[in-house]
Amino acid sequence: MPGLEIDGLCISIGDRGVVHAVDLQVKPGNCVGLVGASGSGKSLMALASLGLLPRAACVTAGRILLSGGETVAPGLDRTAEVRGSGIAMIFQSPRAALNPVLRVGHQVGRVLRRNGRRDDLRRRGIELLGAVGLPEPDKVARLYPHELSGGMCQRVMIAMGIASEPQVLIADEPTTALDVTVQADILDLLDDVRSRTGMGMLLISHDLSVVAERCESISVMWQGEIVEAGTNRKVISSPGHPFTAELVRDLARVPETNGRAPQSSAGPADDPAREAGG
Amino acid sequence: MSRTGAGWPAGTMPAADPGRPARLRGELRRHPSLLVGGVLAAATVIVAITGHMAPPDNPLALNPSHALAPPGPGHWFGTDQFGRDVFSRVLYGLGIDVVIGLIAAALAFAVGSMTGLISGYLGGWPDDIIMRVVDIVMSFPAFLLALTIAVVLGNAVRNVIIAVTIAYIPYILRLTRSSVLTARGADYVLGARAVGASRSRVMTLHVLPNALGPSVVQATLLVGWAILDVSGLSFLGVGIQPPSPELGVQVAQGASYITSGQWWISVFPGVAIILAVLAVNFLGDYADDKIRGQGS
Repeated sequence: MPGLEIDGLCISIGDRGVVHAVDLQVKPGNCVGLVGASGSGKSLMALASLGLLPRAACVTAGRILLSGGETVAPGLDRTAEVRGSGIAMIFQSPRAALNPVLRVGHQVGRVLRRNGRRDDLRRRGIELLGAVGLPEPDKVARLYPHELSGGMCQRVMIAMGIASEPQVLIADEPTTALDVTVQADILDLLDDVRSRTGMGMLLISHDLSVVAERCESISVMWQGEIVEAGTNRKVISSPGHPFTAELVRDLARVPETNGRAPQSSAGPADDPAREAGG
Repeated sequence: MSRTGAGWPAGTMPAADPGRPARLRGELRRHPSLLVGGVLAAATVIVAITGHMAPPDNPLALNPSHALAPPGPGHWFGTDQFGRDVFSRVLYGLGIDVVIGLIAAALAFAVGSMTGLISGYLGGWPDDIIMRVVDIVMSFPAFLLALTIAVVLGNAVRNVIIAVTIAYIPYILRLTRSSVLTARGADYVLGARAVGASRSRVMTLHVLPNALGPSVVQATLLVGWAILDVSGLSFLGVGIQPPSPELGVQVAQGASYITSGQWWISVFPGVAIILAVLAVNFLGDYADDKIRGQGS
């Protein structure tokens, strides 16, 4: 099967199991939402898919396949070959996830594995920055991360994530650290990128409202287990687990929280001249 | 007016800013150590270059009839027991010490930071081996170690440089390693790996530049220590050999004349060493301020 397949994955930290027999599938072009409280094991699972688990944690059972090829199993790690080109991940705090001493254009260009000439990498970097909706990408490319707003940093991060055209992009709380107005923009961008490139996406959030509207299917994780999985509609209309029911109740209480902000890609919060000039 | 670079890690200050002379003036006002160190360092470099290009007198020419002349109009710093002009010898010798100090510190920095990067980033057995070797090297006082190495390798400028470099590598190495350990866990390192950066790229592009700040400061200070050590080794007779006008050699040659009143043979080269080391230390102080991003 193409895409990402997680099959009975167990992760332990020391002797303590933190993720228990988790199954999850992300098909190309699909968006799968993964919802759960902090510490429920969402991020560990995502990191395991990339072979980036912290040193203390390890995969004890199950396996992860990418395009049908086994990349992770107990004692097996072939993720180095697929990281970037097969599967990539973006993180919660976009500013911290960018190297402070590199100009963003360079940073994006250097993601590309092929050793093109310096000019090519630069040009490709600028192209990618344009593709993620940054205004004046050639100007932005010359800036350092601290000269950008949080939303712009997340766009840069997304540009890095899609640079090697992965089949699956994992977005771990991509909007949690951002303004509410910027949140919708970034989620729209991820939607847009997904429909353009046909990649699969795993959208991780603790917030059901973020996931509810964008994803075809939703999995709910609770204390290291997937307690509920199904299509978006099914999970929200008839939650089967008390935790999901609680999430849905909270969602119903504030129905307008995920109302879309204006669609312009460069709102006031995304103005490149905001800090750059001063 | 916002402080430049406040709160940002090494090397993240905005690159382009207008009005460089104005900015330099502000920088000098905020950092007296830059002023003092800069003036001293500039003076040292100018003096060292003139000493080599156009010494007032041949620093090696013997002139027994003018031996032990006190400082005066003909010989500003007097002459030594062989009648050589101390002023010319100090100017010339300063260049030797500064160049050797710079080379030794640069070598120690290059080797130490690269090894520290490998040690800190890879961890595991490479780290264990490297750190145990460092422990062994550091269990000797740096100068004593340099002295021993210099004695074993024999007298040659190259060997003095090697001796001092080996003695200083551990200081850079440990410092780099500890900042690498911090940088290794940074979000941008995870981020770079998550989008497919290879290990070597992560190490050289993401970890190293962010971990190098403290080592740069240390390396600057090491230039001063290296100058001291080179002249110290030469003073003890295991470094650079007479008749070279190296400063330590001159201090040693004049040492026996101090008690009989001919103080100038030793004192002037000694003062030159002090000033050169001071210059480097002030600059190191400034670098430290900048890299911590404290501004004052």
